[in-house]
Amino acid sequence: MTQSCVTPGLLHYEPPIFEIGAPGRSGASMPALDVPEADPAEVLGDLAREEPPHLPEASEVEVVRHFTRLSQWNHSIDLGMYPLGSCTMKYNPKVNEAAARLPGLAGLHPYQPTDQLQGALELLWELERALCELSGFARATLQPAAGAHGELTGLMLIRAYLTAQGNPRTKVIIPDTAHGTNPASVALNGYKPVPVKTGVDGVLLPADVEAVLDEDVAAIMVTNPNTLGIYETHLAQIAEKVHGAGGLVYMDGANLNAIMGKVRPGELGVDVMHFNLHKTFSTPHGGGGPGAGPVGVVERLVPHLPRPTVEQDGDRFTLDFDRPESIGRVRSFYGNFGVLVRAFTYIRELGGEGLTQATEMAVLNANYIRARLKETFGPSHDVDTLHETVFTGKPLKKETGIVTMDVAKRLMDHGFHPPTVYFPLIVPEALMIEPTETEPPEELDRFCDAMVHIHAEAHQSPETVHAAPLQVGLRRLDETRAARKPRLRWTPPEETE
Amino acid sequence: MLEVIGVGSVEDLFGSIPAACRAKGPLDLPAPLSEHELLTLLRGLAGANRSAAGDVLAFLGAGATPHIIPQALDDIIRRSEFLTAYTPYQAEISQGTLQAIFEYQTVVCELLGLEVANASMYDGASAAAEALLMTRRIKRRDRFVVSEGLHPEYLETCETYLSGLSGAQLVRVPLGPDGRSDASAVKAALAEAPTAGLVVQSPNFFGVAEDLAPLADLAHEADALAVAAVTDLVSLSALAPPGACGYDVAVGEGLGYAVPVSLGGPGLGIFATRDAFKRQMPGRLIGETVDADGVRGYVMTLATREQHIRREKATSNICTNHGLIALCFTIQSALLGRSGFAQLGRLNFAKAQYARQAIGALDGFALRYDAPSFNEFAVRVPGGDAEALTADLAKDGILPGVALGRFDPRWKDTLLVSVTELHRREDIDRLVAALAGRGGRS
Repeated sequence: MTQSCVTPGLLHYEPPIFEIGAPGRSGASMPALDVPEADPAEVLGDLAREEPPHLPEASEVEVVRHFTRLSQWNHSIDLGMYPLGSCTMKYNPKVNEAAARLPGLAGLHPYQPTDQLQGALELLWELERALCELSGFARATLQPAAGAHGELTGLMLIRAYLTAQGNPRTKVIIPDTAHGTNPASVALNGYKPVPVKTGVDGVLLPADVEAVLDEDVAAIMVTNPNTLGIYETHLAQIAEKVHGAGGLVYMDGANLNAIMGKVRPGELGVDVMHFNLHKTFSTPHGGGGPGAGPVGVVERLVPHLPRPTVEQDGDRFTLDFDRPESIGRVRSFYGNFGVLVRAFTYIRELGGEGLTQATEMAVLNANYIRARLKETFGPSHDVDTLHETVFTGKPLKKETGIVTMDVAKRLMDHGFHPPTVYFPLIVPEALMIEPTETEPPEELDRFCDAMVHIHAEAHQSPETVHAAPLQVGLRRLDETRAARKPRLRWTPPEETE
Repeated sequence: MLEVIGVGSVEDLFGSIPAACRAKGPLDLPAPLSEHELLTLLRGLAGANRSAAGDVLAFLGAGATPHIIPQALDDIIRRSEFLTAYTPYQAEISQGTLQAIFEYQTVVCELLGLEVANASMYDGASAAAEALLMTRRIKRRDRFVVSEGLHPEYLETCETYLSGLSGAQLVRVPLGPDGRSDASAVKAALAEAPTAGLVVQSPNFFGVAEDLAPLADLAHEADALAVAAVTDLVSLSALAPPGACGYDVAVGEGLGYAVPVSLGGPGLGIFATRDAFKRQMPGRLIGETVDADGVRGYVMTLATREQHIRREKATSNICTNHGLIALCFTIQSALLGRSGFAQLGRLNFAKAQYARQAIGALDGFALRYDAPSFNEFAVRVPGGDAEALTADLAKDGILPGVALGRFDPRWKDTLLVSVTELHRREDIDRLVAALAGRGGRS
């Protein structure tokens, strides 16, 4: 159904691009045909396309306005705080964008001879070295396109290593606080996930791991600090036990922003870890990606890394395809180079000292929010947290009927993106807040004030909170309707009922 | 702030990390740089490369075919509201991203001739691997037949993805003498054992336009699903789309069409299928709905397929995708529009035909395959060493194509030449003259 809406001020209700423009209109700027004309249909015969695809028909200004108007319906980190827990929505420095767009980087073709790619390969090599220095690993692959892709790659490395040892094994232990990608990646690589419960103090206990540990366990997959923001204090001991049983230790590096310069996972018994460059290393999320998920490994897994690897040979850099024990490639080409350039730029901008400081400020900011809100919303666990902090909305729900989703929607009316909600799964009515280091104290205060205000409002005027959002141009969207009768593409109005 | 928290120093906040776990020494990384110093460093690194988009005259495609990217595109995607937003988990303040992806899904369906498209995958290769896994879920079989016309890096990626799944078998079928997938070999491979899916690329890796429809028929006769891969979307302006040729799944790569090739990434993994299979798809889907006042809006939907709900039972582990590049793709397609896209196809075809005829006529050079092509074609070079020829021409600032020996020693004599709207007639003439200078040499 199409409802015409009055545009409130500068907020434009914008129809789909297919409802804009007129037949025959185009925003293309096309070079002239300077060779003899050749008719594809004549040469291709039966293989030719009969009817051109129904693409939009709009002028450049119409297209530009369309997307500019759409953009104004988004919250973004440049507009305000975006405290999604475990997503590390830190500010993305503008210099990263300039770097990635340098013609000598953006214009490179993956199949140019490597002597024309020396600067790019040097950059990749230096980025790999920096990630290894941060994490304590021997080598890293830059190929994976995202965190989940890194997880899959890391698990494949574990499988390859164990297979070379004689038995790939069958199971991977995963704590109940894990991100959903962990069990999904495990299944995708043919392993069976074995859940293990988090202890009452919010960390994994060696005895609980030992209870499910046997000769079939290929690895344990741990996020550290975990998704409660709590440091896994027994990780080194757990690693020892898993190694003792012949398994490996995978660390999900989603929360690396909490420990840069403080802890090197490779020194703790971790064998494999993926990095999320779009979280820890400030590359923009782009409304869902692209990211990059490099994977660091200890020495014994190096032979299995995806090919090609970048190698340094004197003052030259090369691509090494001749890696007989490699798992192969996990994608085309060499990785999300444009994202890697941005992360490299960030690392060089901050240096070791700056990265350590980023971690310190991230932890300071999260603890400030925890301290300011702990009397209002109860923390999930009475344990020190690092870069993020999880509250439970369970008491509020009991007192007022207002659930976490209501609080989240009401935050929008205060100009904030809500925190991660209903995750981790073990915390009822969870609100998982990660401010990152780039929020100024005044913004943290505004956010805390809003949370306190909403909490009070839930008691005084619950119907207002439940009706939220009220200030963002749209009311709550009907997700049930979307799922019951899925409309997954635009169709001309006359074709709809 | 420390006072509010109740600690004496920032270091106290790290007290939960046991002393034995602390890093042995500070980070040994280069000192911090100012913005100006950074750009100097980056320009230095960029300057140590030779850009295929300006420093040299390049005819490189092979799954990363550059096209003209309009100025307005980069301007739009640099808008912070798109660039610095997260995955649209909170629909009411993510309508810009959600509507753009809904439009993206529509354009993908139109280009590929299919009914449902997801919100993007990482790249064409991983999308192809995910397509195999989807056919496996639907058919509950572990055997796949793949044409050797599939990009070798896609093939290798598929093999890697299948490596952990016990019993998974990937059978390669060679191309026939004209450069198209050998239908009788495909039929035989499908007949050998129950198969989940057949994968064919068109134009295939050698630039040859496949006769797609009969191959899909063969797959269906063997009760397998048919998967098509497209590595340059512009080809869909001239060639019948996979959906119209009977394919159940189509995957594609948006690199070059939506974004500069940037050493091969980030690109865009395109994934589309039939309506009947939408609940088996990997990745996110955006659907239209209304808000509490009945106003049109968009949300993520059918999420019960996804990892954050289904965990190990999800259809894929994908979470972060290539949303921003999907936006680039949508903007490019919108700016070109229906007529511009068709015109772009005619330009590519005419220029490539011009080059193909000229190079094919050169002494010592021969087209590897005779079947029709779109904007890329394979040529056997005199002397049989395409890499040596490439290195030779590189000295004159020309990259005449991709020497295929890097993928397979059997293809050592072959150069894959890509010609698009980016090449002027004089560029093509310069290439032909440079090759003619090497003709007949051994």
